[in-house]
Amino acid sequence: MTRRTRKTRRLTLIAAAGCVLAIALGLVLYAMNDTIVFFNSPADVQAKNVAPGTRFRLGGLVKEGSVQRGDKQQIEFDVMDAQSSIRVQYQGLLPDLFREGQGIVAEGRLEPSGVFRADTVLAKHDENYMPREVADTLKRQGHWQGEAKASQQAQQN
Amino acid sequence: MLVEAGHFALALALGLSLIQFVVPLWGARANDPVLMSVAPSSALAVLGCVGFAFLALTFAYLTSDFSVLNVVENSHSTKPLIYKISGVWGNHEGSMLLWVLILCLFGAVVALARNSIPMRLQANTLAVQAAVTVAFLLFILMTSNPFRRLIPAAAEGQDLNPLLQDPGLAIHPPLLYIGYVGFSISFAFACAALIDGRIDAVWARIVRPWTLAAWCFLTLGIAMGSYWAYYELGWGGWWFWDPVENASLMPWLAGTALLHSTVVMEKRDALKVWTILLAILTFSLSLLGTFLVRSGVLTSVHSFAVDPARGTFILGILMIFIGGSLALFAWRAPLLQQGGLFAPISREGALVVNNLFLASACATVFIGTLYPLALEVLTGEKISVGAPFFNATFLPLVLPLLLLLPFGQTLAWKRGNFLGTAQRLYTIFGLAILAVLITLALTRGGPVLAPFGIGLGVYLVLGSLNEIVTRSWSRGKPLSVAWAKATGLPRSTWGTVIAHAGVGLVVLGISATAWDVESLGTLKPGERIGAGPYELRLERIVPRQEANYREDAALFRVFRNGQELGTVESMKRLYVTRGMPTTEAGILTSGLTQIYVSLGEVQPDGAMGVRLYYKPLVLLIWIGAVVMALGGALSLTDRRLRIAAPSRAKASPPVASVPAE
Repeated sequence: MTRRTRKTRRLTLIAAAGCVLAIALGLVLYAMNDTIVFFNSPADVQAKNVAPGTRFRLGGLVKEGSVQRGDKQQIEFDVMDAQSSIRVQYQGLLPDLFREGQGIVAEGRLEPSGVFRADTVLAKHDENYMPREVADTLKRQGHWQGEAKASQQAQQN
Repeated sequence: MLVEAGHFALALALGLSLIQFVVPLWGARANDPVLMSVAPSSALAVLGCVGFAFLALTFAYLTSDFSVLNVVENSHSTKPLIYKISGVWGNHEGSMLLWVLILCLFGAVVALARNSIPMRLQANTLAVQAAVTVAFLLFILMTSNPFRRLIPAAAEGQDLNPLLQDPGLAIHPPLLYIGYVGFSISFAFACAALIDGRIDAVWARIVRPWTLAAWCFLTLGIAMGSYWAYYELGWGGWWFWDPVENASLMPWLAGTALLHSTVVMEKRDALKVWTILLAILTFSLSLLGTFLVRSGVLTSVHSFAVDPARGTFILGILMIFIGGSLALFAWRAPLLQQGGLFAPISREGALVVNNLFLASACATVFIGTLYPLALEVLTGEKISVGAPFFNATFLPLVLPLLLLLPFGQTLAWKRGNFLGTAQRLYTIFGLAILAVLITLALTRGGPVLAPFGIGLGVYLVLGSLNEIVTRSWSRGKPLSVAWAKATGLPRSTWGTVIAHAGVGLVVLGISATAWDVESLGTLKPGERIGAGPYELRLERIVPRQEANYREDAALFRVFRNGQELGTVESMKRLYVTRGMPTTEAGILTSGLTQIYVSLGEVQPDGAMGVRLYYKPLVLLIWIGAVVMALGGALSLTDRRLRIAAPSRAKASPPVASVPAE
């Protein structure tokens, strides 16, 4: 094999690798714009003025006494943090650990009426765990004293 | 007493691994066979110690020794026997002990294979392996000691997380760990080759079976985990692009690439440096997976405890090994002899393309998994990257790979013929298009791409099997001759064909999820709910009391077009000790199709909330994965793989070998 073909073949290989990597990078950047979902607490939603129709994750505690069940497994409840709360509507089966006073994360969109329509509701995997994002929010707002207390605290505010 | 002995055995193992790390490395440098021979014996001794420690912990679980903190936190005297055993690795400390046990097990097997591996290579490999063992033993002893006593002893344990009390999860961690940790052997071999400055086709021949074995177990482990998530979490999903799942997918993708690049190295003596790099990256991704899952930076069923000291420690291990091995690579790789070049249209060319796409796909998973973590650390902004991201990045990179798969498999080594190869696949293309048309005719609804997915799956299965046909059957010859030829083909060929057909089965199963039907309803006894061609009638709800939980079981009768098929039961359980409710989905399997029913809450009017799925061909997803692993295992039994290595090793005795420096 002459030196020249060796060189061209190596270049072809590098060019091919470059192309595939460029495509991969392009796909990643494109997807970053479109498919990423932000996490917000009820206070964030108000502070950031999240536009209706934007998909995001809402995390907080389920307010005691706010759960209302309707027909066909329709359910409404308030998700709150220390400062504010947002009404959430959902239809479907709830996770096993969904309870009042419990930390949850709901994914969906804000409607123009200010109600959050969720298509997914996640709760924790075991009884000592609270979604980390929720715990962080409460800590940041200075109301973190363990889960049960955090819930009471937030109630009083 | 046994508990303290177990603790002591771990400390002893640490000392022995230090010896196994330092002495053979020195011996290889000084070319001293006596010092090098310390490696195999110390590897066996370390296995003995760690094995003893593991048995001691298992014994504490079996006898419900509630003076041990770990047992108190994760066991309960009424728990069934199998979960007392699986409870050993159903927690942070125990699972790390299992990790190290498997690491030592692999080291011991390398030690026993002394006839098939050149002495220097074996000594260096075991030394690197020992370095990993030292790091993880230190981690266990300093931050996660499973033998910690609780004084005074507790009267009763706190039970294992109910989600983990499941036969699937009893075997999922060992399978996954054998896969993860198995890649440490390829890593150790790669580092040994770099230390020695010597690498050739013999190296690839020695390393390939190890990589293949690890890959098979990882495949099974991931499939098992996915099936567990499917039936236990009650959402009917089988892959969530959860960071913890991605943590196991990344080493799998890199390991698959490694598997294919070692073939090129073995057959054509090319891609050496890349193969070494891949071996390092694959194990680095395994370590990264361990870090993500064990450090508590992620929240999921897998993160048992959040302790910042542990996270920092694992991060330290991660940086030392990844940084160290990459530095070693940067320093020594330029010294390695360059491999040969080859024509782009050839089997090896196709395998390079395979590696390119697998590596890029792995990179997108890597970005999607780590970007949210990095963003949160840097800006505090919290985001979630889910299925839409991976569908938009991972799938476009995997599709061309799958399209090229049967093509690459058919190409000849060295100089392939593009048109000739395409001709051999014409019939397969035709059949795949036929499959698309039949699917379009038979089904209604579902995304447009789904019938093409079915076509792709058919193309992959038939395209893989085509290799056997073209190599054994020729026009005019009787079938018996073809049969004799086919059965006479090397097992590694059959292994390749079967594993690739398995990929096709997975694609078929995934494509068929497009026709899933989900229905939600609230039922009182006697009422019906339907999904697809199936209908379920709620018969009754029975309360039951078991040893460590109580449950409400809903009994359904299943009908298809008015005909009764059988009954299925779905449960709502409450685990008393932890006060934790779980849902057990009821699943009726009919052929490859499943009917999946899970319970919700009791509605205000006394009706039961029910979610029903009709999942056509869903079993193919996991069957395909098992077929892939079987193909790998078949390839492992190929005699050529086992015999070639020792004969070549004898031909070049270690003492006579000259480093490339």
